[in-house]
Amino acid sequence: MTRLSKRLLQGLRPWCFPLAALAALEWYSRTAGKDSDALAPPTRALRALGGAALDGSLLQATAFTLGAAALGLAVGAALGIALGIALGLSQRAAHMSFFSIEVLRPIPSVALIPLAMLVFGFGLRMEFSIVAFACFWPMLILTQAAVQQVEPRLLEVSHVLGLSPAQRSLKIILPAIVPRLFVALRLGVSLALVVAVTVEVAANPNGMGYAMMIAQQSLDPALMLGWLVWIGVLGYAINVAALRLQRWVGHRMGVTA
Amino acid sequence: MTAQGLRPRSWFGPALVFLALLALWWVSSHGDWISRVFLPTPEATLDSLREGLLTGDLLAYSGATVSRMLQGWLLASVIGVGLGAFIGISATARAYLQPTLEFMRPLPASALLPLAISLFGLSPNMVLSVVAFGAMWPVLLATVHGFAAVEPRLQEVAQCLQLSRRDFVCKVGLPNALPDILAGMRLSLTVSLIVAVVGEMIASQEGLGQAILLAARSFRASDLFAGIVLLGLIGFASNALLAKLERRFLKWQQP
Repeated sequence: MTRLSKRLLQGLRPWCFPLAALAALEWYSRTAGKDSDALAPPTRALRALGGAALDGSLLQATAFTLGAAALGLAVGAALGIALGIALGLSQRAAHMSFFSIEVLRPIPSVALIPLAMLVFGFGLRMEFSIVAFACFWPMLILTQAAVQQVEPRLLEVSHVLGLSPAQRSLKIILPAIVPRLFVALRLGVSLALVVAVTVEVAANPNGMGYAMMIAQQSLDPALMLGWLVWIGVLGYAINVAALRLQRWVGHRMGVTA
Repeated sequence: MTAQGLRPRSWFGPALVFLALLALWWVSSHGDWISRVFLPTPEATLDSLREGLLTGDLLAYSGATVSRMLQGWLLASVIGVGLGAFIGISATARAYLQPTLEFMRPLPASALLPLAISLFGLSPNMVLSVVAFGAMWPVLLATVHGFAAVEPRLQEVAQCLQLSRRDFVCKVGLPNALPDILAGMRLSLTVSLIVAVVGEMIASQEGLGQAILLAARSFRASDLFAGIVLLGLIGFASNALLAKLERRFLKWQQP
């Protein structure tokens, strides 16, 4: 067997199991499970998804979910990074706020869904506020750890140069923590997407999670499965993109690991 | 911090910050900076908490949520470790299955709730199955990684000693993977709490999730906050307990 054909066969290995499972589902839902409200043939699911793409609902729902996730991540990350830098630089502030952070951090973001619903009603603000809360804590903790690991010599340089706190943050701290920030941002991106879909499934009548719930409630298993696959593919693609971005930034900032 | 013990200076600062935050809450609710419909006073929250726990159903609801979370988590851990060990030790199994596992990793567990509702209806078992399924992935992936990363020298030693597959898994693979497995179990505990609460909200199952949703719908802000406090406590306690267990199980790693 030539080396090229061997490499091709090995490249096909990851596809064996998913394709077999999809084929089994297709066969089952066309024969024994024909009248099922829960399962549909994958081909029909793809066609339903195509239909949603053609009538614009795919774009609208995806834009809402991704927009809410991005907005929430931006707000949560901005606040988390700012506070993280402040707490990372001051040992005393970190010690004093430790207890309060440990008390507030374990609150699950889903517990705030009813509160956000009460305050904002349904819509964008409810969703992105919960995403912001969820993303704030990991960004805070990771930024604080990153700042605490900044090379002390750099901080001494900023002291010697007499930089103001703002200049120190902008010129010395921020460039030094950028690689770790992007690692934290990659985690934040996947967390933001998961929380956004969760809020939509639980309460918010907008976005991809809600579209999936509506499809299930209208007993349209093909469309429901289509949305599920779309959410999975989108999540995977965004995570891969975030990982690539993180690696590229790390490479540009000279991280050799 | 352990060396300082309970010297007044070491806990005074954190307590001060925490009390300052409580004071901020008190002032903003009493001073109507934020309407009392959205932000109840601390005393009202405490009253709701006390009333709910002592005479009301809050204790039963908390118990239901915690039991759902723990059952799902244990189920997920057992299946995750078993399946992960099976996949992790075989390089061929990893080559076939790991890309699929990596694809399933970013999928939100809550996204499976509609499918589970179609399959199982609105029942406690439906919520449990989604909790277990969602919580399985961190443990499964961590176990696969832990078994796959066994030091090659140890594998050679096992081959020299002619260890059976089962002996290899129990004596070499599991101890090597234990740190990863415990970290994965900690993550999956968080996931199982979240999915349990969301499942209760959607499927109207008895529990804290449904309780806080109903409280929000009836504009009972103090009951809502009492529920949120309880959920925060559950999250805090479960994480702290698991961290303690993790330290105990991994004591052999400390020199």
